[in-house]
Amino acid sequence: MEKVAIIIPAYNEENAIKKLISSIHQLSFSDKYSIHPIVINDCSTDNTLKIALGESCTVLNLPINLGIGSAVQCGYKYAYANNFQLAVRIDGDGQHPPKEIEKLLNAFQKGNVDILIGSRFLDSTGFQSSIIRRLGIKYFQLLIKLFSGITITDCTSGFRLLNRKAMQLSTEYYPDEYPEPESIILFSNKDLSLGEVSVNMIERQGGVSSINSFGSIYYIFKVSLAIFFTFIRLNFQKN
Amino acid sequence: MEKIQIIAIIVSLLFLIYISKLILKRKLREEYAIIWILSTCILILFSLWRNGLQVFADLLGVIEAPNLVFTGAIFAILIYLLHLSVTVSKLQRQNKTLAQKLAIKEVKEETKKEE
Repeated sequence: MEKVAIIIPAYNEENAIKKLISSIHQLSFSDKYSIHPIVINDCSTDNTLKIALGESCTVLNLPINLGIGSAVQCGYKYAYANNFQLAVRIDGDGQHPPKEIEKLLNAFQKGNVDILIGSRFLDSTGFQSSIIRRLGIKYFQLLIKLFSGITITDCTSGFRLLNRKAMQLSTEYYPDEYPEPESIILFSNKDLSLGEVSVNMIERQGGVSSINSFGSIYYIFKVSLAIFFTFIRLNFQKN
Repeated sequence: MEKIQIIAIIVSLLFLIYISKLILKRKLREEYAIIWILSTCILILFSLWRNGLQVFADLLGVIEAPNLVFTGAIFAILIYLLHLSVTVSKLQRQNKTLAQKLAIKEVKEETKKEE
């Protein structure tokens, strides 16, 4: 039986977290996988912590707000140290329906990859996000193609499955702000193989997005810079 | 091209290389580097385009063009300093929270051992 950690970073997700954890427990994989939800409470100011502690899951309670990337990394560190074979990261706001975890696990069985990304755009099913966001995602897709040679249709997707090799790499370094596109460069330049599988996503059930319209220009600028320097760092600074 | 333009461009480029090195060594986070890269680009722009300063000064009604540089630069530096002060204050607050949590946790663990 393989131990699978479901890593759920949560910041002010009191409206979604209870339903999310109970639907994770409703998944059944007979004796193939044992599923363990791990909630990382990133210093929420609402009742997220109280609700999570009342559910059957591991709660990592961060005493200060570290941001999404560091919260996720904390989850990977815990999962790696506690001998989980696989880690599936899903959002705490209900955008990633737990029943889609099956698709990731099934595809992982078939494909020989280290990281599997759940993509909204591979078959264009489910919630597709706004035009502006899709444009931004296309831009990052091009940038990633340029710096790693691989095509990832949904590079901002946080719905991912990692094996122990990828988890170990993430414990060493993981970007702490807007980590998704940058981590693809990190993985691919460290010779890990990435794959994608089509999943359905739905609109967020509660909370607010970490990326608003004011921040989106900063987001594009910062992530582009990070992708560029991560590439240089990994390819020209091998000691 | 005047001598001063060439000097300004070379200095700006060296500065840009230095910033890149700091980012590569992870001594400077990208979010803080953005402002330095932007200001270097502005410096390079005005080194190449000498009349640019006069154009902007006329546009804003500034009589002496160099005064625009001083006003703009001082204002930008003040804002950035304020931002850094806010960041340091936040770090100090977080540091305190962490230390207090750790101290309380140690006591809890010790009393557990005694029992």
